[in-house]
Amino acid sequence: MTILVQFAIGLIFGLGLIISGMSNPAKVLNFLDVGGIPAGTWDASLAFVMAGAVAVTFIGFSHVLKLPRPFFAERFYVPARKDIDPRIVVGPAIFGIGWGLAGFCPGPALTALGFGSRSAFVFVAAMCAGMMLARFIANLPSSARVAAPTDPLET
Amino acid sequence: MIATSFTPVASLLGGALIGLSAVLLMWATGRIAGVSGIAARLFPPYEDRELAGRLAFVAGLVAAPLLVLLVTGRLPAQTIAATTPVLIIAGLLVGFGSVWGSGCTSGHGVCGLSRLSVRSLVATITFMATGIATVFVIRHWS
Repeated sequence: MTILVQFAIGLIFGLGLIISGMSNPAKVLNFLDVGGIPAGTWDASLAFVMAGAVAVTFIGFSHVLKLPRPFFAERFYVPARKDIDPRIVVGPAIFGIGWGLAGFCPGPALTALGFGSRSAFVFVAAMCAGMMLARFIANLPSSARVAAPTDPLET
Repeated sequence: MIATSFTPVASLLGGALIGLSAVLLMWATGRIAGVSGIAARLFPPYEDRELAGRLAFVAGLVAAPLLVLLVTGRLPAQTIAATTPVLIIAGLLVGFGSVWGSGCTSGHGVCGLSRLSVRSLVATITFMATGIATVFVIRHWS
């Protein structure tokens, strides 16, 4: 049952990506291209994706997180970290460069697999390799690092 | 570059669906709908027993275009201009960076901002800035 529900939730996410235009890298790149504003080629649509998503999530989370517990789980796993460490800047900086190169971030890239495009498979394979590399390095013990009590993937 | 048209209504609607999905996942499993975190946890080392649920979520993402094809009889435009070497480099950077920075556009940009997380705000501003800078360098400096 949980599996079916999570499949349906992923399906809604994917439909959102397709309807919003996020699944089209050309649209993403035209949004990131603020240099195209004078020429009139800038596509502001993605700001609307963000607005719609954040508005619904903000309202939804405020209600859901008041519940005693999630429907299928023991508790909520909401990230509690507030510290600004170097990784919260360096990681997204690297991520943004890759995003700007191809126009794909993880969600749209996975949804693009369903379009049957070879390029999406190439991108996703490389993305998974990059993820595994980061997890491998992040989990390496280091005397220089202050003991991190949290999950390295925690938002 | 390939010209695209401004689609505020469809984008707002699609964004709302993404938000609905994030809210439903939190309601059902208590988890953040961060696609990079969900995808990265499909690989070992495993920290919990929720692999099947994550696989199901990703399967839903991949199946979405098939549902659109079934209902409307066609797939919307998807133009990937990047060459294979660029796709490989971009994929490595996106994968590495999203795990190193604990999230991507969905985890930080949607769920994090909605929780008023300062870490997610820093992350979102940073990846927007480097994404914009990258496209600017490619399109206007060469």
